[in-house]
Amino acid sequence: MTAMTSTTTPAIEVRGLRKSFGPVEVLKGIDLTAHEGEVISILGSSGSGKSTMLRCINMLETPDAGDISVAGEKISLKRDAKGYGRIVDRRQVERIRSELGMVFQSFNLWSHKTVIENIIEAPIHVQKRPKADVIAEAEALLEKVGIADKRNHYPSHLSGGQQQRAAIARALAMRPKVMLFDEPTSALDPELVGEVLRVMRSLADEGRTMLVVTHEMGFARDVSSRVIFLHQGAIEEQGSPEEMFTNAQSERFRKFISA
Amino acid sequence: MDFVFLYETFVTLISAIPTTLQLAATSVAMGTVLALGLALCRLSGIAPLDWFARAYIFVFRGTPLLVQIFLIYYGLSQFRGVRRSMFWFILRDPYWCAIIALMLCTAAYSAEIIRGGLLSVPHGQVEAGRACGMSRFLVFRRIVMPLAIRQSLPAYSNEIISMVKATSLASIITIMEVTGVAAKLISETYRAIEVFIVAGAIYLAINFVLARIVVLIEYRLSPHLRQAPSLQPVAAGEMK
Repeated sequence: MTAMTSTTTPAIEVRGLRKSFGPVEVLKGIDLTAHEGEVISILGSSGSGKSTMLRCINMLETPDAGDISVAGEKISLKRDAKGYGRIVDRRQVERIRSELGMVFQSFNLWSHKTVIENIIEAPIHVQKRPKADVIAEAEALLEKVGIADKRNHYPSHLSGGQQQRAAIARALAMRPKVMLFDEPTSALDPELVGEVLRVMRSLADEGRTMLVVTHEMGFARDVSSRVIFLHQGAIEEQGSPEEMFTNAQSERFRKFISA
Repeated sequence: MDFVFLYETFVTLISAIPTTLQLAATSVAMGTVLALGLALCRLSGIAPLDWFARAYIFVFRGTPLLVQIFLIYYGLSQFRGVRRSMFWFILRDPYWCAIIALMLCTAAYSAEIIRGGLLSVPHGQVEAGRACGMSRFLVFRRIVMPLAIRQSLPAYSNEIISMVKATSLASIITIMEVTGVAAKLISETYRAIEVFIVAGAIYLAINFVLARIVVLIEYRLSPHLRQAPSLQPVAAGEMK
């Protein structure tokens, strides 16, 4: 598959990504390429930097060093006097963010807006698309994630699983090039995890490019096209799920999946 | 009780209600704008702005409103520069002096209320806005401000009510609002108890209506804090 896609521009390319919080170096030089249609699961124990890595891609955290390109466009960064990364062009970052759909661990739906209002907010106010079209598309998305009947409910009236599915619909409404999932099922009750994973699986089946930070081994093994294992801010090992789950080189990864 | 006198007093005082309401409405409206600016200064993370807002709030919250009114009305006119400045046509008018004093004072209190409201907005919801590509201003306008207003309203209604009551201090600088007219009536009739009871009742009525309006606004703005529509008791009633 890599041979097929290597000639096209990667959806996301990360080179030499470094990030520190104060004295703690969280990311120690990450290289990652995500081609169109790839589903990449990012695994690692807590504190390994996997969420920070994902958040650096859409600049919710500003990298201290390294390059990030989305669909071939490099995000301009500079370093300030203290050596921290700074965004050069806010407009560019806002435009690139609108092309990346982000799904958070804690859903982060806007609590004062109904489900449908949450979904149409950014397409109307950021992308300036016509309201009628956006609403029609939002209703189709709600149908797709299975909460069409919750259209006019407020987030606080939904279960965690329904909120997360609404959040996925909100991200999809931006017609993103890549979907970023930051531990989408970690805040859910065990019986609600399945409904969210089913939606994510259907997105993968459609051929969407997805980066998924997760603890769901089943999803990583069955759905993803590549698995990346992060340890202490560096990629320890990566490969296809078959290789990784049957024949991993890393002792730590073997321990991690058997735990 | 002399009901005829009470009625006559009431009719006289009613004519002063518009002045009281104007003083309160103008100063609260202008004070809110100033307060928003001060709250943003406090949260800006820019040290000089933060310190300016802190000092402002410290001074105006820590000194009596009456002293502030005196300083603005009697104090500023002592300076020849003020009397010759382009602002003199405003500063020589007791009505505007009262509004300026009330506005400056309410802004100090409201700034802290607004700051609390802004701080109460969950960071995750701000982040979700940024992740969708919203500009800072759009996040502020569409996410932060609506949530902060809902959060601030209960405390803000307190501030509005205190302002309505504080307008009575304007009578000291010759303004004929409800208390001013009441004081004049007393000087003519020497019937302090009846006149002040009627005046008090008028403030009570105004504040009752205001409090109900704020409750109504709060209700309209917070459907997300109530029960889900499908869980309403109507559905249970239909089951029978």
